Amino acid sequence: MDQVVLRHVTKRFTTKTLGDIVAVDDFNLEVHEGECFSFLGPSGCGKSTTLRMVAGFEDLSEGEIELCGKLVSSKEKNLYIPPEERGLGMVFQSFAVWPHMNVFENVAFPLRIQKVNKTEIEQRVKAAMKHTSLTGLENVYPSDLSGGQQQRIALARAIVTQPKVMLLDEPLSNLDPKLRETMRFEIKELQREFGFTIIFVTHDQSEAMAISDRMMVCDMGKIMQIDTPENLYNKPNSRFVHSFLGESTFLNVEIADGKVYAKGDMENPLALDIPKDADKQMVVATRPNSIDLLGADQEGYPTHIAKRIFLTDRTEYIVPVGEQNLKIQTPHRIAFAEGEACRVRLASPMWYPAEDEAAEKERQRRQLV
Amino acid sequence: MSRFGSKNKDLAAVDGRRVNVDGVLTAVSVVLLLIVVVIPVVSIIYNSFFYQGHFDPQLFIGQLTDPSNLSAMWNTIKIAFWVTLLGTILGTFYAWLLGRSDIPAKGLMRALFNIPYMFPPFLGAMAWDLLLNGRSGYLNKLLMSVFNLSKAPVNINTLGGIIFVELSYYFPFVFMQVVSALERMDPTLEECARIAGAKQMTVIRKITLPLVVPAISAGALLIMTTSLAHFGVPSILGFSQGIFTLPTKIYAVISRTGGSFEGIRQGAALSIMLVVVVAVALVIQKKILSSGSYDIIKGKSMRPTLIKLRGAKIPLLVLCIATLVLIVIVPLVMIFLVSLVKAYGLPLVPENFTFNNYIKVFKSDGTLGSIKNSIILSVGAGIICMFLGTLIAYVVQKIKPKGKEMLEILSVLPYSLPGTVLAIGVILAWSGAIFGISLYNTLWIILIAYIARYLSFSMKSSSAALLQVHPSLEEAARTCGASHMESLKDVTLPLIRPAMVSGFFLIFLPAMREVTTSVLLYGPYTRTLGVQIYSLRDAGMIPQAAALGSIAIIIIIVCNTIVTEVTKDRKGV
Repeated sequence: MDQVVLRHVTKRFTTKTLGDIVAVDDFNLEVHEGECFSFLGPSGCGKSTTLRMVAGFEDLSEGEIELCGKLVSSKEKNLYIPPEERGLGMVFQSFAVWPHMNVFENVAFPLRIQKVNKTEIEQRVKAAMKHTSLTGLENVYPSDLSGGQQQRIALARAIVTQPKVMLLDEPLSNLDPKLRETMRFEIKELQREFGFTIIFVTHDQSEAMAISDRMMVCDMGKIMQIDTPENLYNKPNSRFVHSFLGESTFLNVEIADGKVYAKGDMENPLALDIPKDADKQMVVATRPNSIDLLGADQEGYPTHIAKRIFLTDRTEYIVPVGEQNLKIQTPHRIAFAEGEACRVRLASPMWYPAEDEAAEKERQRRQLV
Repeated sequence: MSRFGSKNKDLAAVDGRRVNVDGVLTAVSVVLLLIVVVIPVVSIIYNSFFYQGHFDPQLFIGQLTDPSNLSAMWNTIKIAFWVTLLGTILGTFYAWLLGRSDIPAKGLMRALFNIPYMFPPFLGAMAWDLLLNGRSGYLNKLLMSVFNLSKAPVNINTLGGIIFVELSYYFPFVFMQVVSALERMDPTLEECARIAGAKQMTVIRKITLPLVVPAISAGALLIMTTSLAHFGVPSILGFSQGIFTLPTKIYAVISRTGGSFEGIRQGAALSIMLVVVVAVALVIQKKILSSGSYDIIKGKSMRPTLIKLRGAKIPLLVLCIATLVLIVIVPLVMIFLVSLVKAYGLPLVPENFTFNNYIKVFKSDGTLGSIKNSIILSVGAGIICMFLGTLIAYVVQKIKPKGKEMLEILSVLPYSLPGTVLAIGVILAWSGAIFGISLYNTLWIILIAYIARYLSFSMKSSSAALLQVHPSLEEAARTCGASHMESLKDVTLPLIRPAMVSGFFLIFLPAMREVTTSVLLYGPYTRTLGVQIYSLRDAGMIPQAAALGSIAIIIIIVCNTIVTEVTKDRKGV
């Protein structure tokens, strides 16, 4: 069953400095029961606004949202259910732990609102605190706790009512890297335990990759692609998704006489199969670790090593191709010296239309919002 | 340092010069604080309990057991209690309305709500006296004739009246504190409670209000101390009815005895009573309101979700506008209209209007002089405080000599002392008691009082700025070859200049409209603007007082506009 459904959800803002902005443009998606679904994108892409519309903090400009089979927001039907009646759990980037309540009271708050009886509150808060490793901190005030512990309070408070859907708004980005990994694991554990559906908002692609069953990559208010992490990485449908997930290296190429030339070198063609619908100008995208770096005596595009950078777990080479540079990463055992002649071969790269400058400008404009 | 310091000439020079400059700065600030704060305060205590060099508690006990003094004390407490309580409720309510609801015209209303803060409350008291005086108030007369009443329906010359007028000028203290706390609050704290299932009203009660309690209590504290020490409103509304508060009682005792030493000693004893009341009130307030501060300014800044008032929107808007009209527009219009009337008591219709009052008031003795005096005193106090405050701030923050806490306390102490008390102290100290220096009846004595009264304003402003100047900035200048003095002059001072300028205006504006201390310190040639209005009214020349009041209001508006323009683009450190 689909637990969160967005149909044609659109949100427009009018700002003083930038005029009208379509923050969320016709979003359609379904999140399945028990799934961990990420909204991923750079700041200003609309991911947080979308989450806030699901939570009920923002009204929609168009479209409708369904939670657990029940319509909660609909522009056409003029329906809007306030956040407190949506039965969600939510964890914020800023933790939003109430400084005037101790840990127990923070976690007990949702139950007190529901007028649950005292003994049951006691039991359920204790259980939630146990699941989030907070046992023993009942009477402590949040200001005496670390960021990680505060985020655990927020988690305990969100799971104590056992909601079906959990909204996580960049919950890990205020934590240090080590803690981030632990918390990510703990969130997954809690999900396994309680079986709730997660919508996870983040701008950190590795975090999203690690935690998600499926994810939506968006940019400038538009959904770019929705798929599993593997598919998004292996078959990105646009240059943006390619560059946003993992490391990428791009070459602007020109197609002439059925051959592919890198910009600036019309003599040595790259040995690539040309896709059917290719324009004259294209972009070839690949991962630095899937390019073959070969000795000068082998088949491939002839060039040399311009720079060699030793990274801890691999070696990176910068190799000029025409007027551009290709980034190649290899295991340490494939060793070339700077200035040494070599050949490169791009294995099954992705093809995209040449980059649109207007799109880049629009992205920068939005980042200012 | 001891290992190398004595041997290495260069090091010793660097170190030695530093001690010199810093030592001089410290000494200068200590001496100045001695003159404006320590000696006056000690004088009060000494003169209340010692007479001709002997310990003599008779005076103090006599004053303490005098029933009229006790009733004045009781009035002071009652007024302050109600003004604080109602002001806190009103201020918090309007702050929430403008900070969290979708009420229209927020920016404009916020600006208007700050207006009472600008104007001297005694002008407001004058206006309300003109409207609702028990015998001759214009509005009372109107109501009597319309409804055929034999008696004035409302009498402003009562405790209730005093409370109402003080309230309308002091609730912005809480309002401003709470509005800014609401603005800085992380909205997710409230959103989280919504997600947890709490309704809007529950969120306000359980989350929003508890989180702004520190702001509320800070504002309430300000209202309470100001009201306890307040002179203008109770003197204008209370004197005619024999209603006294401690500050007005002190004034009455001194003016009754014509400024004799005996009268001033009585005043000093009463001052001690007033200070004790203020101190006790502070302690009680601390007990009632826990003023712990929460860290509520976290997270990404996001617009808080505004609460839709729906049906209540229009009634609440009307309420806001009505409040603003009542506390801002009505008194201003009233002062202006009465300034035009030929004689006090004539109906306010165009036939009775004339500009003669303005001409008369300027022809009368001392008006121009009083404006001049006020400008000299405000600019003088502003500039001296700006430098002295910065100096003390620098000594406390950067030089950190032994006993810096003492310096800090001394410079902030006069702020919590009622103006009346300060004036008494300055009189006792600087009218011949020490080295035979008598500044009585000169502008100097008023200047000293102003400096003591406003010093903490500029000190706080400069202190905050200095905290932002990282020591490495001055050290970088030293490594570039600048001397200690040069690094001060070329690096530190320019960086805190905006804060110094705003410190100046923080002092200049209230000093322009000061009455409380000036009314006790003025001599024949040293009336200030406030005193002149006050005495014109006292002499029964009410339309003329209103005319000068209108001029004062215009001066204040002009000055405020200039200040906002000047400080608008300044970005302090």
